[in-house]
Amino acid sequence: MALLEIENLHTYYGYVHALKGINLTVEEGEIVTLIGANGAGKTTTLRTISGLIRPREGRIVFDGQEIQGMPAHKIVQMGICHAPEGRQIFSTLTVMENLNMGAYTLGGDKETIEENRRRVFDLFPRLEERKNQLGGTLSGGEQQMLTIGRALMSRPRLLMLDEPSLGLAPLLVKTIFEIIKEINQRGVTILLVEQNARAALKIAHRGYVLETGRVVLSGPAQELLQDERVRKAYLGER
Amino acid sequence: MTALRERLQKVNPLWWQLGLLVLAILFPLPLGDYHRSVLWRTGLYIILGLSLNIIVGYAGLFQLGHAAFYALGAYTTALLNIHFGVPILLTLPVAILVGAVFGYLITRPILHLRGDYLCIVTIAFGEVVRLALVNNIFGITGGANGLSGIERPVLFGLVLRQPIYHYYLVLFFLVFTIFAVRRLENSRLGRAWMYIREDEVAAEAMGIDTVRVKLLAFIIGSGWAALAGSLYAAKITVVSPDQAKFLESVIMFCIVVLGGTGSIPGVFVGTLGMVTLPELSRALKDWRDAWLGLAMVTMMIARPEGLWPSRRIRMEIRAAKEEASVAPAAGN
Repeated sequence: MALLEIENLHTYYGYVHALKGINLTVEEGEIVTLIGANGAGKTTTLRTISGLIRPREGRIVFDGQEIQGMPAHKIVQMGICHAPEGRQIFSTLTVMENLNMGAYTLGGDKETIEENRRRVFDLFPRLEERKNQLGGTLSGGEQQMLTIGRALMSRPRLLMLDEPSLGLAPLLVKTIFEIIKEINQRGVTILLVEQNARAALKIAHRGYVLETGRVVLSGPAQELLQDERVRKAYLGER
Repeated sequence: MTALRERLQKVNPLWWQLGLLVLAILFPLPLGDYHRSVLWRTGLYIILGLSLNIIVGYAGLFQLGHAAFYALGAYTTALLNIHFGVPILLTLPVAILVGAVFGYLITRPILHLRGDYLCIVTIAFGEVVRLALVNNIFGITGGANGLSGIERPVLFGLVLRQPIYHYYLVLFFLVFTIFAVRRLENSRLGRAWMYIREDEVAAEAMGIDTVRVKLLAFIIGSGWAALAGSLYAAKITVVSPDQAKFLESVIMFCIVVLGGTGSIPGVFVGTLGMVTLPELSRALKDWRDAWLGLAMVTMMIARPEGLWPSRRIRMEIRAAKEEASVAPAAGN
């Protein structure tokens, strides 16, 4: 059974019908990417899964349990962690304090927190160098690392990343995506939302193409990379 | 000068605290009853300011109806003592409980409101409580006259009558309050408040139960305001709906904002400016409303973080200001 199964998901912002029946699955151990233009519903899908918005219709099944309508903090406890768009780190807290916040659901379990912190620092040695620096003084790439690191602190089974490449220099994008791959190889399932379709499809196993709240195309990432329509619409080819 | 300052900073902070405590104990001794009462009132409002600071400063929520809980505490003590003869000091825990329960009941339905909207609703609730008291609700609150004939508190056979005893009673609770809020500030709950204050969505996405954490701020803050109300009733022996006046809520709010939200020394400074000085100077008291407004406007323009801000909040405000000035150029 798939780790995450979404059936016929409908989400509204007031009267705006943002998701019009999304179906998707994520298998354990996969990297799945959602690509699409602005306003396609990528971020909305993540926000609905993580409980920040309630869907009006449809089912979200995580690890055999329906989670739609559950409050966000319960969903985090179940093992889904959402690294939100635009590097929402706490700029007046230090790197350490930011990371500790990610471990909030673990409560006072100091050993596990320490162990998770170790793993995060293994992935991002840069964060360890800057652990006492304020979040706001980090560079864009470091802030993105901190966002991902913070999300990993709760040791999620499913990590949802929203536009990790946003506003980063091309070289840094490459680094970040390599790290995402590395995280996946260490056993974390990843649902990745990206505008940078090429970079995302290169590391993903499968992909879904969203357009105005619907899945218009899905399949193995390699196939999508070759697909005529995807190449035209999202990879910038004529 | 700098050498002196450096040397002073090296002194163990515990010595400072002990020194201040000794000063607080000895200070009223050479003074007359009037000035002792002023000191008592100062201590009382510092407790109130610290209780509101949990809501406004730590959790970053608006509360402009805080006086309602202050009044609830005072009425709880008055009713229990007058009708059931419960000794004053034993009514304190009950008053805290009543304040906390009402804090829960009143804020639970409005917790999803943000910013200004929450602010408006808290004003309304404050007024509801005051009007209920004025209208002699259930026939027990004595209407506009309030309740009188509350007994004096008795401690180990000593009847606390003189202002000096009440000053020490308030001082005792003040020291306890400072100890408690400092523990709270650095606790897991305190950190959760800080995260919510900075970014509620990110906090929620990281697994913080924002509703529960915000409720706890209101419950603790309200309960503590009720304690201050009881201490008031214990000295004055008369309670009236005036305690729930909107102006009282405004004064408490100004104490927190003037000194610096989220800062314990800030609450001291704020109380000095909003309560002690107007009490000491007749001229200032007559013009207090104007002085209040003037102080607020000046503060907003010149020093939004308060006179003695907490380090963290000053950073937050500066960061927000910078963001606001940079945003038009870098916005996407």
